[in-house]
Amino acid sequence: MNRYIVAVLVNNQFGVLNRVTSLFRRRQFNISALTVSETESNEFSRITVTFEGEEDNKQQLINQLYKLPDVCSIKELNNDNSVSSELLLIKMKNDPATREDIRAAADAFKAKSMDYSRDSIVFQLTGDSRRIDDFINLMRDYTILEICRTGIVSLEKGSSTIRKVTNL
Amino acid sequence: MLLSGSDIIVKTLIEQGCDLVFGYPGGQILHVYDSLYKYQDKIEHILTAHEQGAAHAADGYARATGKPGVVISTSGPGATNIVTAVATAHLDSVPLIAITGNVPTYQIGSDSFQEIDITGITLPITKHNYFVNSVESLADILREAFKLAVSGRPGPVLIDVPKDVQEAMCEYEEKAPITPEERFPAKDIRIKEAAECINSCKRPYIYFGGGVLSGEAQDIMLELAEKIDAPIGCSLMGLSAIPTDHPRFLGMQGMHGHYASSTAMNNADCVIALGTRFNDRVTGDVSKFATYTKVVHIDIDGSELSKNVGANHGLRADIKLSLEKILPLVKQVNRPAWQKEIEKFKAEEKANADTREGMTPSNIISLLNTYINENTPVATDVGQHQMWAAQNLIFRKSRKFLSSGGLGTMGFGMGAAIGATFATKERSVLITGDGSFGMSLNELATATKYNVPMVILIMNNGVLGMIRQWQTLFFDKHYSNSILDRKSDFVKIAEAFSAEGTRATNLDELKTAFDKAFSHDGPYVIDCIIDKDEVVLPMMAPGSSMNEIITEVEAEK
Ligand SMILES: Cc1ncc(C[n+]2csc(CCOP(=O)(O)OP(=O)(O)O)c2C)c(N)n1
Ligand SMILES: [Mg+2]
Repeated sequence: MNRYIVAVLVNNQFGVLNRVTSLFRRRQFNISALTVSETESNEFSRITVTFEGEEDNKQQLINQLYKLPDVCSIKELNNDNSVSSELLLIKMKNDPATREDIRAAADAFKAKSMDYSRDSIVFQLTGDSRRIDDFINLMRDYTILEICRTGIVSLEKGSSTIRKVTNL
Repeated sequence: MLLSGSDIIVKTLIEQGCDLVFGYPGGQILHVYDSLYKYQDKIEHILTAHEQGAAHAADGYARATGKPGVVISTSGPGATNIVTAVATAHLDSVPLIAITGNVPTYQIGSDSFQEIDITGITLPITKHNYFVNSVESLADILREAFKLAVSGRPGPVLIDVPKDVQEAMCEYEEKAPITPEERFPAKDIRIKEAAECINSCKRPYIYFGGGVLSGEAQDIMLELAEKIDAPIGCSLMGLSAIPTDHPRFLGMQGMHGHYASSTAMNNADCVIALGTRFNDRVTGDVSKFATYTKVVHIDIDGSELSKNVGANHGLRADIKLSLEKILPLVKQVNRPAWQKEIEKFKAEEKANADTREGMTPSNIISLLNTYINENTPVATDVGQHQMWAAQNLIFRKSRKFLSSGGLGTMGFGMGAAIGATFATKERSVLITGDGSFGMSLNELATATKYNVPMVILIMNNGVLGMIRQWQTLFFDKHYSNSILDRKSDFVKIAEAFSAEGTRATNLDELKTAFDKAFSHDGPYVIDCIIDKDEVVLPMMAPGSSMNEIITEVEAEK
C-alpha cells in the first residue's frame, strides 16, 4: 500500500464536499485524511485528500473525481514535487514524574506549548506527517489525553498552480 | 420577458427542443403544472399511473431516440417514487432530466410536509443534481442539465425546485438549444499503440456495449471488424446497435450470452472493447477472465478503463473519432485459422440449440420476430424472459432494444415501452414476465388513456422464473417464495383497464393472438403460458469463468 496526496480544486459551492466524500464512501476508497480550505479565489475551494492504496486505485479515484462536474482540476502531489505540512495539537497528562521528559522531547521536536495547567499540557507541532507520527509515537510512552491533527495540506513547488492543470 | 420560475422551467424545456414530458402532479409542483397548462400547445404532458412509470417512460423515450427524456414529479413521495427509475437510467447511461418540486426554501430543513432531501437521495445515482436556490439561476441550470445529460457518457440529471422559486418572477431570455460537449479522438501516440497491438494479434475479438450506440460508432466498428477479420460480440446494452444477422456478429455474450460469442472472447488474444465496462455479468470471475489476452479499451468515460479488467491500451476518448484514426493504421488481413475456430464455436452452439417444438421460449420469440419490423421498439422487464428476448430477438436498426441492464429493474418495461411509442410513433412490444408485469401493470391505465399501440407479451410461467432457475441450480430446488401461484387473470385485468387481451397456450393460439395484437389500435395483452421449468441457457454461473459454461440442466422430473 502506498500513500498518495491528491489536491482537488472544486467549485466553492454548497454541498460540494458532500459530493466528494459521498463518492469516497460509495466506492470505498481508503481516505486517511482530508482537508478543505478556501483558496486564492472565492470561486474555488481546495480539498487535499490523503489516500492509501495501490496505483490503480489512485488512478480510479482521480478518474471518478473528474466525473463530478464541480471538480475543476486535480493534481497529484508527492514529496519530490511539493511541500506538505500538517498541524498537530496534543494534550498530555501533566505528571511531575514525566514532565521533564515530555518537555525535553517537545523541545527536540520544536513543539510549542500552547496551554499549561496543573494536570495537562497542550503542544502544537507543525511539519510533515512523518515528523508528527514520530512525535506522537514518542509521546505514547507517557499519557496522551487527546490528539487532534489537521490532515495534510500541500502545494506544488515552483510557480505552477493547480489551476493550470487541464482536465486531461 | 418577465416570467415566473415555473414558466421559465416550461419555456426552457421548449427552448431546448422538448415537446413531451411525463409526470404526475402534486402540491409542490402545481405552479409548473399551471405553466404546462398555459403552454400546452407547445409541450405535451403524459400523465401516468405512478411516478416510477413516468420516469421509466422518459427513460424509454431517451433510449429510443438518444434525446433526453423529461420527467416531472412533486416533492416527497413523488420524488422518492422516481428514485428506482433514475437509478435505472444512471446505470445504463441514459440521458434523463428529472424535475422535482420541493417545499419553499424558507421551510427547507424543517421536516415540513412532503419535504424530502431528493438531491441527497439521488446524489449517487445521478450524473449531477441541483437544488435551485434562486429563480435567477433556474434557466441556466436547466440548460446546463441538458448539456450534462447528453455530453460525454450520458446520464440522468435531477433538478429540485422549491415552490417559492417556481413562483418568483425573473427576466427570461430565450437561448439556443445546447450543443453537447465536443468529443475528441485519443492522442495520436495512443492510437498508434492501439493499432500496433491490433496488428500484432492473431485472434482479435470486438466486444462492444451501449457506448457504441450513444457514440454512434457502429458503422466504423463494422469497418474495423471487416478489415482485421474479427468477430463481434456485445453486452446486453449493445444489442440492436448492429443488425443481429450480420455475419460477423456472434451475439450477446456473458452470463447468458451466446456460447460462440463468449467462447470466442475467451479464446481471443486481443479484445477490442468499445463503450463497455466489463461488468461482472459479462466477465464472470475477473481473475480468470481473458488472462492472456491483450485488451484495447476505448471509452469516453476514463474511469471505466482498467476498472474491472486491466487494459493494455486504455483510450479515454470518443469511440467513433478514435476508430476513424485507428482504421487506416491497421493491416487488412484474413485469418482463416481464427475463422475456422469461430465456425467450430458456432457449430457447437448450434448443436446445443433448443430444437424442441411447441411453446418454448425460443419458438415464442422467433414467432414474434416475424411480426416486428425494423422500426419496432422492443422493451423487456427483468428475468428469464429478458434473457430469452436478448438471445433470440432479431434487430435491424439501432435503439430498438430497451432493457434495464445495469440495475435489472423489474417493472421497467411497461413505462419504457410507452415512452418509446410516444418517441417513435411506432407500435412497441413489451416482453415481460408475470412477476415483472405485476410490478407495473398499473401503467395499462396510461396505455389505454392515450391509446398507445403496444403489444404486451407476458411470458407467464407462474413463477419468478429467474429466481427459480438459481434455486434449481444452486439452492437444492428450495423454491422459497418464487412460486407466484397468483389467482390473477391477466386477460381480465387487460379488459378491466379497457385494453384488450387474450391467452395463448400453444403456438397456433399465439399466432392468432399476434395477428390480432399487431393490427389492434391500442394496447393488447397476450398472456402466453409457458412451463415453469424452462431455463435460460447457456449459463455462466456467477463467479465461474467462461470455460465453465453450463449448457444443460437436468430436467425437473
Ligand atoms: C425490482 C426488482 N425486484 C427483484 C428483482 C430480482 N429478480 C430478478 S429476476 C426476478 C424474477 C422475475 O420474474 P418474472 O418477471 O416472472 O420473469 P421470469 O424470470 O419468470 O421470466 C426477480 C424477482 C429485480 N430484478 N427487480
Ligand atoms: Mg415469471
